[in-house]
Amino acid sequence: MDDISSYLDAHEKKTLLRFLTCGSVDDGKSTLIGRLLYDSKLIYDDQLSALREASGTHGTAGAGEIDYALLLDGLKAEREQGITIDVAYRYFSTPRRKFIIADCPGHEQYTRNMATGASTADLAIILVDARHGVVAQTRRHAMIVRLLGIRHVVVAVNKMDLVDYSEAVFNKIKAEFQDPGSLFIPVSAKCGANVTARSRDVMPWYDGPSLLEHLETVDVAASRNLSDFRFPVQHVIRPDLDFRGFAGTVASGVVRVGDEVTALPSGKSSRVKRIVTADGDLPLAFPPQAVTLTLEDEIDISSGDMLVPSANLPTVASAFRANLVWMDTAPLVPGKEYLFRHGSAWLKAFVRDGAKILFAPSGGAPLALNTIAEVVVETTRPLAFDPYAKNRATGRFILVDPVTNQTSGAGMILEGCERQTTPEAKVAHPLLPVFVDLAAAPCLVIGNGAEAKRKVDELRRYSAEVAVAETFEESDLDGKTLVVAATDDNALNARIAALCKARNILVNATSDAAAGTFFFGAERDGMAR
Amino acid sequence: MDFNLSQLRTLEAEAIEIFRDAVSQFERPVLLYSIGKDSGVLAHIAKKAFYPARLPFPVLHIDSTWKFREMIAFRDWFCREYGLDLRVHVNEAGRAAGVNPFDYGSRKYTDIMKTQSLKDALREGRFDVAFGGARRDEEKSRAKERIFSFRDRFQQWDPKNQRPELWNLYNGRINPGESVRCFPLSNWTELDIWQYIRLEKIPVVPLYFAKPRPIVERDGALIMVDDSRMRLEPGEVPQMRTVRFRTLGCYPLTGAVESTASTIEEIVAEMLETRLSERSTRVIDHDGDASMEQKKREGYF
Repeated sequence: MDDISSYLDAHEKKTLLRFLTCGSVDDGKSTLIGRLLYDSKLIYDDQLSALREASGTHGTAGAGEIDYALLLDGLKAEREQGITIDVAYRYFSTPRRKFIIADCPGHEQYTRNMATGASTADLAIILVDARHGVVAQTRRHAMIVRLLGIRHVVVAVNKMDLVDYSEAVFNKIKAEFQDPGSLFIPVSAKCGANVTARSRDVMPWYDGPSLLEHLETVDVAASRNLSDFRFPVQHVIRPDLDFRGFAGTVASGVVRVGDEVTALPSGKSSRVKRIVTADGDLPLAFPPQAVTLTLEDEIDISSGDMLVPSANLPTVASAFRANLVWMDTAPLVPGKEYLFRHGSAWLKAFVRDGAKILFAPSGGAPLALNTIAEVVVETTRPLAFDPYAKNRATGRFILVDPVTNQTSGAGMILEGCERQTTPEAKVAHPLLPVFVDLAAAPCLVIGNGAEAKRKVDELRRYSAEVAVAETFEESDLDGKTLVVAATDDNALNARIAALCKARNILVNATSDAAAGTFFFGAERDGMAR
Repeated sequence: MDFNLSQLRTLEAEAIEIFRDAVSQFERPVLLYSIGKDSGVLAHIAKKAFYPARLPFPVLHIDSTWKFREMIAFRDWFCREYGLDLRVHVNEAGRAAGVNPFDYGSRKYTDIMKTQSLKDALREGRFDVAFGGARRDEEKSRAKERIFSFRDRFQQWDPKNQRPELWNLYNGRINPGESVRCFPLSNWTELDIWQYIRLEKIPVVPLYFAKPRPIVERDGALIMVDDSRMRLEPGEVPQMRTVRFRTLGCYPLTGAVESTASTIEEIVAEMLETRLSERSTRVIDHDGDASMEQKKREGYF
């Protein structure tokens, strides 16, 4: 049993590498993964026999051959269609490392899945079919991989067996791809060439590592950010009056007891008193350790805040430029309010009009599913962040649809920019500033709150005919020139605005300037937002 | 100092992060405790996540009334030992009707005493997030499962309508009546689980270790005769055989494996040479191709 004990000790201390695999349809991606799992002896016999059975029903491999792809396509619908339609996670280990594979589908309509798989990966394997070379999808995969900040890219030129293991074909693809930062490996997943071991017998001209050798030895730790300490507070632990700890995961950088830290967005500072874990206090903590910090001073910090070094603050802004991958079947609507998640915080945000499209799927509506665009995002309160290129942990966010709760977009922040506080920012086209004579115009304010009262007071300075409706009926609109929808019910305000537009009545919705046809000068000066 | 965390501590940190995140996003969490080794690891890590405070949620056991007796005894001891707020739920209508795996078949029995019972318990407790110990490496349809897995009003899982899950930015937004099943151990393998139990000295049910037990053989599965409710075929006589269990569930539906492994090291040694993957000893998974996916759609864990 000593062997097993030392085996276990070694397994426990291995490092972890997360990588994704992506390629076009029929590039042999599933076969490659099947091969990695098979050759690392993790395919158990009963899974194998079930596989032989299933290969008879659905498989495309020849009789008696194992269809490795069937091992991976988990869901029934996919098995019937013979395509991988969702990210699947696989696990294997070698004596040197443990691996988590995010297996991403190649179909165009599933770009969102690739972004999902890439988000947690340190390394990407892009598959290219040696017979077809670099295709449009290959370029897009490379673009998403770059966009998601993956620094280690392997281009596996597969099906080398079908091009007679030709060095010329391999070199041509390498030249076409034009990315000196990537590592190119010629493989045959089906035959196992250059997958786990080097195959000098069939490709004597290739002198690089096999795929697995590279995966086992590539140094991904060096690309972590250890210089900027960032700690999104997830939860405040308060078992009794004497202990108040801020629980979270070190997102980047290193923290030591005694370090001076600032809580954002409050800006209050203190020093780290203890780094608490259930296994005892630590002198320092680094990513991705999950710890609980206590501070010397009692300052008000809650879930969603971020602790950072007082001497190394992130950018704080409420508008920023970002690359956005759209993942919802409902297209992105500029100006619409979305839920916004960043670190441990939930905010609200909208995307300004004027997105610069980086990739648009063919035949889709503007800003539809799988569009990639550079946009400007505005949040309802200031956000502490770093550019994604500098810090993957604090430069990323998601947008969630407030009605369907779907995860609609994934963003990577480029840099902060100036905030436009005016409602024009939310409207797609320029607006004309005018002065209107309302002296004899029938006006109506709907609502009974403070906002409605303010609007009534303001309008009465200009018009002798200001009516007030505390509750709304459609007939209230009859004969009106100008209407202000100022109820507490945003949906009702939007409905009133739509009705007025249909009747050519000038309308302002206090809850959403973009819903109406005009807004007040005071809103423009930033008083309303 | 190289600031490298081992793979096992990385997985532990990830699980702690997930627990804390879910607690920050939901009102009424609950931990589903199935008494098995994965549940033990789950509870152990949950305690670490909120140390030095107590767990900010209860643990729930869905008792199908056909669990091994040793499991129930262990459950009560473990929850006391760990200071957990244990709630036990039984489908009383099913119990009153005498629903059992012999007369109803494994599929219907599992649906009534486990799936429906779980759904009832979650609904009655108004729990909006339920932590479970499922791992992606257990079974094919689980490989595509999210860490925050959305369930509709009927607690059903729709593999076509899963939310994209990026980075560690989990989306816990739901409407009233909807819920999320949360799987902090998603990225663990069976070996990692044993490794962690060994490292952290987490107690597990003795059924995992080999011992002579009364066994009958049914369609190639070794079934332990745990109590007098077991229906024996005419002429069938339980034999004492040295066996252990790789997974634990309802005793008439859980096959043992012949083994002499009585320590974690021996179990791991056996696992490395094993010819059977973990879930193959569970009778319910073999009800038909893709049967786990079907059960998951219906609300099973």
